[in-house]
Amino acid sequence: MSILVNKNTRVLCQGITGKVGQFHTKGCLEYGTKVVAGVTPGKGGENVLGVPVFDTVAEAVEKTGCDATMIFVPAAFTADAILEAIDAGIKVVVAITEGVPVLDMVRVYETVKRSNSILIGPNCPGLITPDECKIGILPGYIHRKGPVGVISRSGTLTYEAVWQLSNLGLGQSTCVGLGGDPIVGTSFVDLLKMFQADPATEAILMMGEIGGNAEEEAAAFVKEHVTKPVAAFIAGRTAPPGKRMGHAGAIIAGGKGTATEKVAALKSAGIEVAESPADMGAALKRAMKS
Amino acid sequence: MKIHEYQAKQILRDAGVAVLRNIVAATPDEAATAFESLGSPVAVVKAQIHAGGRGKGTIASNPKQHGVQLVRSAAEARTVAANLLGQTLVTIQTGPAGKTVNRVLVEEGCQIARELYLGIVVDRKAARPVLMVSSEGGVEIEKVAEETPELIFHESFDPAAGLGAFQARKLAAKLGITGASIQSAVKFMQGLCRVFVQQDCSLAEINPLVVTKTGELVALDAKMTFDDNALFRHPKLLEFRDLSEEEPAEVQAANAGLSYVKLEGKIGCLVNGAGLAMSTMDLIKLHGGEPANFLDVGGGANVEQVTEAFRILLSDKSVKAVLVNIFGGIMRCTTIATAVLAAYKTVGFNVPLVVRLEGTEVAEGRKILADSGVNIITATDLTDAAKKVVAAVAA
Repeated sequence: MSILVNKNTRVLCQGITGKVGQFHTKGCLEYGTKVVAGVTPGKGGENVLGVPVFDTVAEAVEKTGCDATMIFVPAAFTADAILEAIDAGIKVVVAITEGVPVLDMVRVYETVKRSNSILIGPNCPGLITPDECKIGILPGYIHRKGPVGVISRSGTLTYEAVWQLSNLGLGQSTCVGLGGDPIVGTSFVDLLKMFQADPATEAILMMGEIGGNAEEEAAAFVKEHVTKPVAAFIAGRTAPPGKRMGHAGAIIAGGKGTATEKVAALKSAGIEVAESPADMGAALKRAMKS
Repeated sequence: MKIHEYQAKQILRDAGVAVLRNIVAATPDEAATAFESLGSPVAVVKAQIHAGGRGKGTIASNPKQHGVQLVRSAAEARTVAANLLGQTLVTIQTGPAGKTVNRVLVEEGCQIARELYLGIVVDRKAARPVLMVSSEGGVEIEKVAEETPELIFHESFDPAAGLGAFQARKLAAKLGITGASIQSAVKFMQGLCRVFVQQDCSLAEINPLVVTKTGELVALDAKMTFDDNALFRHPKLLEFRDLSEEEPAEVQAANAGLSYVKLEGKIGCLVNGAGLAMSTMDLIKLHGGEPANFLDVGGGANVEQVTEAFRILLSDKSVKAVLVNIFGGIMRCTTIATAVLAAYKTVGFNVPLVVRLEGTEVAEGRKILADSGVNIITATDLTDAAKKVVAAVAA
């Protein structure tokens, strides 16, 4: 078992004919992901890397039965691509694209929440269930199948954490990058629920960062509802206030969203917090032992 | 992106949101002429910089001169403008270095009955814009939120529908606005919310919003920042960008597709990915050093970008050592190793360089560095890297 995606997941790529979409479609295919369709309006009938291209998501769903999608379209068109995927009934919508205007996400958020679909991202690396399905830009080879669920707001920091876990002999059930924007489709809490319910997941590692209060909400949820061991790391203890640290969502605004507040909330929920980014894997191991 | 008060007020005026009559001036003579054109018995001369706290802030070389001053004649407007223009204004938000005043805004005076606060941001949790109001105008909202949160009221709204008139009336009632002023409040609040959505703001703040003695609501100050991700659809806003207000190295980095923030320490960092870049700064601090910057070269940086990154890092004279921390995911370690050597040839390294590589093609990447003969301190893991770079600065 795993969450969200597995070996039966049939994946669509929106923006498959673009350079980036094509590059990562290739990476997913090589990993063994069943990429069954692509969509680029106006390029229907072509094929990319042997994958058929359609003009609309609805047609791709009808012809191929795809039930997950990765979105690589330019930022200006991402909100529309998300809505198109949801309209076509795709269950897992993963928006990789960086730079989507915040108000575009505000406009689609209600529709996403009312639908039966789950949106991961935007501005995220994607997700992976090791040895079964990789959607997005994560490097597949660092992952090992195993019992740890991984949730993160960042890309390379997740790779770092996964690398540490794999080196400690701790494989992963599913790893999900939530995305670095202020408004993303799926939160820590949403995924904590899924991992708590997933029999294959025995422990959870979460990587947060400055900005917003998603980590504080996660801490409160863990305290009340999560019985599995949880470890965490928060990036940005040295970040100055008022400055956007790469991610649009990583900003301390009005003195709120500091790493100190988040670490305190996590610790008070009994979560094992890694003080150093070199200690993320080890922290999870400590959490599993205690 | 931030803009000046006078620019924000221009946007508001164009959108039918009440502001006072004003004229921007770049010279003392222009300020004097502005006073005369306004024809108001009193006017206020306001320094235009991208920072708050101007009223209490003072000119570095002339601590008696504040950033905002009431004037009663054209001659006085000229004198105050002369005291401000070209000078460094230090406020609570500028830091000790202050900011140079290049323009002043000359604005007509008004009869103030009450000062209120009004601000709009996007609430991440609700995923909607939220209008916040408070009876405590002129005070920093963070301070009110901390000390008297019961004095802040808010209403969120759907950007497509805008703020409902009833929502504005609810807020007006909470603020104790009555009679004919209610309609003025509704018009102001709905107008500001409309501007927020139309211009893709990330913040629109009117502090203070004043109720005049005749019962009108008008913006006394205006602060607006815009969502950088949405600027592509607002070409007119880009004309408002004032590069002189921005850190030159940050502008240089942004032009090269890099994300860079200057900090106060001595250890420069070059990292791929924002989360790992922040973590690398934290790691340096944890081992007793101070990071000189945040620098994310992105997931797929090329040789040109890495070279530019080194150029930016090494031109910062406070940098005494550099830590390169790369987790090669999609980016290969061989690519970054080649880029480091290319940067060495073009830029030259005058400080110790510690490199920690991990991930895709790491063995080949390390070999490229080792075989190059360039004096590079290699690190085996994160902790080792942090210790070595901190030691290099101490040496």
